Amino acid sequence: MKARSKRLVLIGVIIVAFGAAVMLVLNAFQENLVFFHTPTEVKAREVAYDRQIRIGGLVEKGTFKREEETTTVTFNVTDGESSILVSYTGILPDLFREGQGIVAEGKLLTSGVFVASHVFAKHDETYMPPEAAEALKRAEEKAEATVQQATTKPTIVEKGE
Amino acid sequence: MGIAEFLHMGGHGFYIWGSYGTALFLVIVEVFFVSKRRKKAKEELEQMEAEFSRVDNQGING
Amino acid sequence: MSATRRIHWMKYASASNFYPLANRLVPLFMGLAIALAVIGLYIGFFVAPVDYQQGNSYRIMFLHVPAAWMSMFIYLLLAMYAIISLVWRVKMADIMAYSLAPTGAMFTFIALLTGALWGRPTWGTYWIWDARLTSELLLLFLYLGYMGLYSAIPDRQRASRAASFLAIVGVVNVPIIYFSVVWWNTLHQGSSFSVSEGASMTSDMLSALLLMAFACWAYTIAVVLRRAQAVILERKKVALWASQISKNKEA
Repeated sequence: MKARSKRLVLIGVIIVAFGAAVMLVLNAFQENLVFFHTPTEVKAREVAYDRQIRIGGLVEKGTFKREEETTTVTFNVTDGESSILVSYTGILPDLFREGQGIVAEGKLLTSGVFVASHVFAKHDETYMPPEAAEALKRAEEKAEATVQQATTKPTIVEKGE
Repeated sequence: MGIAEFLHMGGHGFYIWGSYGTALFLVIVEVFFVSKRRKKAKEELEQMEAEFSRVDNQGING
Repeated sequence: MSATRRIHWMKYASASNFYPLANRLVPLFMGLAIALAVIGLYIGFFVAPVDYQQGNSYRIMFLHVPAAWMSMFIYLLLAMYAIISLVWRVKMADIMAYSLAPTGAMFTFIALLTGALWGRPTWGTYWIWDARLTSELLLLFLYLGYMGLYSAIPDRQRASRAASFLAIVGVVNVPIIYFSVVWWNTLHQGSSFSVSEGASMTSDMLSALLLMAFACWAYTIAVVLRRAQAVILERKKVALWASQISKNKEA
């Protein structure tokens, strides 16, 4: 009986101690565990130039451009506060589109342009049929239009793809 | 919807059928080896029991 | 049957109750697994609509998500049995932990593989070292480590203790997998299904997902009980052999 509860306590102590150790390590490495930086972080903290980093955010609407006769594309990645110009040569993932969340891997040049070597599309956890998405989009546009009318800031409403 | 179209899955056929195919294969393999393992253990145990009871009986007789 | 051997059998008292019960449960749960999977896949492929962004590739979810859930549930169950086995020295608990490991490893592998095959068309890569993917890979190594350690040590009791210990320590990884998408920026999206907020998908998609999850549970119960039966017989064999040798020595 005594030996049994001793073992139970011992195992409990080991789990708690090990768990605490892991949490401490994870906390200490928080910086390195960050999978991508947001444009605001890049601008504010002046993330190292010419080093391989990842940035993540939404592809800003209306900024996507394809260079003539090349596979190079440029677009802005935004987190709502600041945005960064990204240049990328290569094949884009299927889910890449304006307004989509993406993660770009590459280097930040001193000019402020982010040259990406890989672009990954980050998809959200929502799944719905196209008709529902279409309806939702219309509703959002309607809401946006009302807000714009209210603030009397007329802008051209983007037409979807 | 035709069968070819269904298998094509709008260009994602490889990924979808690759996923489901591998999983089905693994499940079948696991079921096969687990039942084989039990069958083998059962047969060997029965054989051993028969063998030992024979030895025991001989020992008593002798 | 001699008295010594009967005493030996008594050690497997709980196992001898378990064995006939498992015999009845295995076909029941295997049948259930097949039925649930057939209905789930029918809904998943013929009733559920295409996704507005991913088209058809999201249908991998009906396999990927249940497999990932199982990989974590089975590990928790394994660790729980490992604790019971270490603390209370219940033989059946050790047999259950041992029998859960290969199926858990298989589901972890399926989760990783289907994730890679889903990641390629959607994210644009098969693999990326983000927190979710890396911690799930670590889970596979924990399963393999448990099984490896168990079979590497010749003395079964010591093997069981060492492997159980590893399983218990490794349980820390499970919440890391689950919350990785909340704690850190990951390429992997957050959970589509939560108790508090419900599911962010249509009801067809959700029913296909849940049916597949239940099918995986039923399958796991059936196959793990079967494996446990095999292990009981194998251990009985070793015990019988040992008792016969000691008796021969006496004689």
